[in-house]
Parts: sequence; C-alpha cells; structure tokens
Amino acid sequence: MSVIASAPAQDAAGTRGVSLELSGLHRSFGATHALAGFDLALAPGELVAMLGPSGCGKTTALRIVAGFDRPDLGAVSLDGVDLTPLPANKRDMGMVFQSYSLFPHLTAGQNVGYGPRLRKVSAAERDRQAEELLELVGMAGMAGRYPHQLSGGQQQRVALARALAVRPKVLLLDEPLSALDAKVRLQLRDEIRRIQQEFGITTLFVTHDQEEALSMADRVAVMRAGKLEQCAAPAELYDRPATAFVAQFVGTMNHLPGQVVGAAKVRVADRELPVDGACPAEGTEVNVLLRPESLDLEPAAEASAAGRPGEGQVMLATFLGATTRLTVRLGDGTEAKADLPSHRAVEFPVGSAVRLAPAPRPVLVVERG
Amino acid sequence: MTRLFTKLGAWGAVLPLLGYCAIALGFPVWAILWEGLHQTNPTTQQTTVTFANLTASWHGIYLTGLLTSLRLSLLSSVISAVVGLFAAYAISQSRGRYFKQAVLTASGVLANFGGIPLAFCFIATIGTGGVFLSWIQNVWPSFSLETFSGVALVYPYFLVPLMVLTTLPALDGLREQWKEASANLGGTSRQYWRHVGGPLLLPAALGGFVLCFGSAFAAYATAKALTSGTVPLVTTQIANILSGNVIAGEDNLGMALAFNTIIICGLMMAVYLPLRKRSAKWLES
Repeated sequence: MSVIASAPAQDAAGTRGVSLELSGLHRSFGATHALAGFDLALAPGELVAMLGPSGCGKTTALRIVAGFDRPDLGAVSLDGVDLTPLPANKRDMGMVFQSYSLFPHLTAGQNVGYGPRLRKVSAAERDRQAEELLELVGMAGMAGRYPHQLSGGQQQRVALARALAVRPKVLLLDEPLSALDAKVRLQLRDEIRRIQQEFGITTLFVTHDQEEALSMADRVAVMRAGKLEQCAAPAELYDRPATAFVAQFVGTMNHLPGQVVGAAKVRVADRELPVDGACPAEGTEVNVLLRPESLDLEPAAEASAAGRPGEGQVMLATFLGATTRLTVRLGDGTEAKADLPSHRAVEFPVGSAVRLAPAPRPVLVVERG
Repeated sequence: MTRLFTKLGAWGAVLPLLGYCAIALGFPVWAILWEGLHQTNPTTQQTTVTFANLTASWHGIYLTGLLTSLRLSLLSSVISAVVGLFAAYAISQSRGRYFKQAVLTASGVLANFGGIPLAFCFIATIGTGGVFLSWIQNVWPSFSLETFSGVALVYPYFLVPLMVLTTLPALDGLREQWKEASANLGGTSRQYWRHVGGPLLLPAALGGFVLCFGSAFAAYATAKALTSGTVPLVTTQIANILSGNVIAGEDNLGMALAFNTIIICGLMMAVYLPLRKRSAKWLES
C-alpha cells in the first residue's frame, strides 16, 4: 500500500482531512496582546494561509494550534473535538518549520522515519515509507544523506516528508519558504501545493509573503493586531477587500484624493465612481483606493500638467514584462501607479503629461484624516 | 599568484605561535622521550639507548602510582562530568544573559583555580579537625583530606567548571525547535532526550569527561599539598624522582613516567578532538 493511498481516507463528501477551528483565541505576553479574540475555521482538505505584518500574531496562532503554546482564552478543535488541553505530542499534527529543524545526527531517511519509529513501526517498513515519501518530495535516492550534506531547499523537502510520515490530521507550515532563494521558493511552493492537494490534508500556512499566500492558498486569512481582518479566497481578497487595512496590505494600492458627491458616489480624477461598502456623507474628503491595474492613462495637454485634478506627469516607468508600471506625480504631489500593457506604456514616456482614467468600477473609500 | 601570497601571509601569521609551541611543547616532549629512552652509566658516564626506564615505570610502586592516578582521575572526572553536565544544563536554561556570562567567566577562573591555593582553601575550611570535618565524618567516618577520598573530593572543584565550559556551548546549540519537532512527531520529553538531545550532546559530554580525566591525571600541586605524597600518584612520583627525593640519579626513570603521562593525555586528546569536531558539526550546522 502506498503512502498516499494510506493517507486519511476520503469521506462521503469526497473530501479528506478534518475540519479545524480556532475560536476566540487570546494570548498575551506581558503587556503585548499577540492574539485578541482570533477566530478562524478551516474546512476539511483546505489550505488557508495566515498573512499579516510582523507581530500580528500569526505565528502565535500556529504555535497554539501545534500545542507549543497555550491560549489564555479560546479553543482549538478538530472535527469539533477540543484539542486545547492536549500536549503537542498527542495532537497528530505535522509541522514544517522555517529553519528546517531536521535532526542533524540523523540521515534524511532516519529523519523521515523518526515519527514512525516513535510509533513502533518496524525498521523495514520505516525505510520503505521514508523512500516513498522522499520520492514524493523529489528526494529519491537521498535517504542516506545527512542534513549538512543537503541544500536549504532539499532540507525543507525532507522536513515536509518527515511531517507527512506521521500521517497528520493537519499540516502546519511556519514560513517554510522564507529561508530559501527565489528560484527554489517558487519550485517548492508548487510542490507543497501539489502534495497538499494529493493528500487532501487540511493545512494552515503562515507567511508574510503576499504572493506566496495568494498563489498557494484556497483562502487567505489577513491578520492585524491579533485579530482576523478578513478571510477569503485570494481573488475576493484582492478584488473586494473588506477593510481599508486589507486593501492596503494585499497588493499595491493607490490612495487618490476624492470627494463624496452623492449617495454612494465619489468624484476622483475628474470622474464619478460608485462606492463599494461604507460611504461617508456627501461632501466628505476621502481617499479613493484603486489598484494600479484599475487605472488607465490618457494623454493630457502640457499646459495643464500640474493643474487639473487627476492630471500629472510620468515620473518613472518600471518594466515588469507583459505590463509596465508607470508612476505618475499629480499636481497636488500625490503619486499614483498605473499598470499598462507594455506595448501601450511606450505611448507615455517619462516626463509626458497624462490624465488618470480610473476604470468605472465600484471603489473603496476611506475618510481623509 | 595572489592566492600564493595570501597563503604565505596566513602561514606567516601563525609562525610565531608554531614557534612558541615547538619551543614550549615540542622540545620538552622530545627531551622527555630522549631521556626516557637513555641511561647513563654513573661509572663510565656512557649513555646507552634502553627500554629499562620505561619497563621500570610499568612495575612495582610506579605501576601502583599509575593505577591510583587512573582510579582518582576516573572517579573525580565521573563525578565532575555528571555534576557539570547538570549544572551546564541549568545554566543553559537560564534566561538571564548577564547571569550566564557571569557563570561562564567564573567557570573560566575556577577551572584554573587548582594547585596550592585550592589545597589551602580546603585545608583552611575542612582541615584535620573542626566542625565541617566532624559533619563530614558523621556520614563518612574514614574521610580525611589527606587521603585518596579527600583528593577525589577536592578535584571536582576545578573539574566541574571545566565540564561546564566544555559542554555549555553544546547545550546552547541544542535548538528549541528540535524539541518541538520531536513533540510534533509524537515524541515525549524522554523520547526527545533518548533519540535527539542525548545523541547530539553525547560527543560534547564525552569530550568534557575526557578533558576532565586528562586534567585530573595531570594535576600535581593540589594532590601534593593535600597529601604530601602519601597517596601514590604518577605526578607526585615524577616530582619526587626529579627532585632526588627517592634515589638520586634516577632522572631518566622520572622522564619515562612523564612520557607515560604524555601518552595518556595524548590519548585523551585523540578521543576529545574528534568528538568535539563531530559535536560542532551537528550543533553549528
């Protein structure tokens, strides 16, 4: 029987894995509130990435799930069963650490076989499983190598195989790619996702890298000051951020000066756009949040380059491949970024006068403080 | 060409140290070996190559001295290794950076606090009569500072700090995440120490033990001051012979005994260095 086949069996709904729920988690370290009522629920087989700035509590939450730390308040449950009082070694969770944390005196194979060894699996069976798992993570034939003989990427692959060897109910990934170079990171990102889907294992993934979170996760949980700001699918999070913080934190966002001109309408760059979500009273000065790809440019007359709303001068052109990011300085000093297809961006060389042309889509606004 | 100059420069920088080692260590070892393997006839003043000194150093009272030295070193280093390891573990768990630094500095000083001053401290504290001695003799009636057991009690005073110094870096090198990884994979604390912490620490602990053993074996002044030579130890025998306390003209036998000591200490280092290298490779990777 292969390792994959012996992973948690599919249930009637066709999903594997278990549901994980973090409810009302509070954790303080002295005067610092790392978690202040954090809630999150993962469906069976789902990969959720916890994303947030440093110190927002994402690692604390992961450590509480793993059982390395205890919450001051709140609970962690698997399929409705409260795990909070259980020690880490009774939780059946596999964790991959940021700094690999392979046991340096054991070979790759022995590292993978460590969990099964504690479970009294025979040496022959352990070796067979280790070989199979190492092959799964692209490390076939390297069972005899010691950690110091492996690169960072290879060590992290072994760490993943080691975590999977105990057939965990939940896989916990604590910034597993942050210590790796860009090329290996991209490669391993895809492989982790492939293996996670192959096993159908419920996975909680901590990262500070937006791109990583958006490209790997089924849903992304954005955290701020120990609380959940929004948990949604990557596209929804990007296109329909629930709060100004999420809008600013995920992706690049322009903050353009505007004014509310009617019921859920805002004037920005000389255009009126519908407002999505909360809208202040008419006449309120606001910042309109616009993604660079939602901004188009039109040529403007040189004479009015610094005068009329939404008009300015191209200051910088950054070639990004298919698109080019143009940085425009408006008359009031505000900078706006617009992503244009590279073949169109050449129409607006650095120094040229342009007018912003926001796409006629609902926008988020925040009051100007 | 640049690399050649860099290499030459590097060798040039260590040349003074190598020169010092050759004069302070190499030459005495060569002299001991040379004299240990030679004998001068007092009548003819003719010097001949002989194994007689070495053979004599392995027989009779010298064999007794060697065995007593080995026994004393083993006992005191086992005590020191156990106590020192636990002490080092306790220090490694301390969160006080300054406390740790202070203990390390104190260990560095105390590990070198042997000889006459140490013996004097113990004689002044315990001595041949007094409250402390009577307390000790209540539980250990035959105890006296001037005996084998007295010396075995005093040696750990500088061997425990030595053990702390040699094992603390290894204990500090044990990463908290290995413990967490083991727990995450289902391991209890005992299983962690058995399968991970223990094996990782073993080379450093063995290395520390070996170093303590070598240090105890080579110690002289403390034992001499405490026992006045009544406990037969290799080091006191060497001193007696070289100072002509026993029979004059047996200097070459003293050299043979010194040669035995060098061999034993050399063996200890031969065990210690690979262990230290292995430990460093694991814990610093």
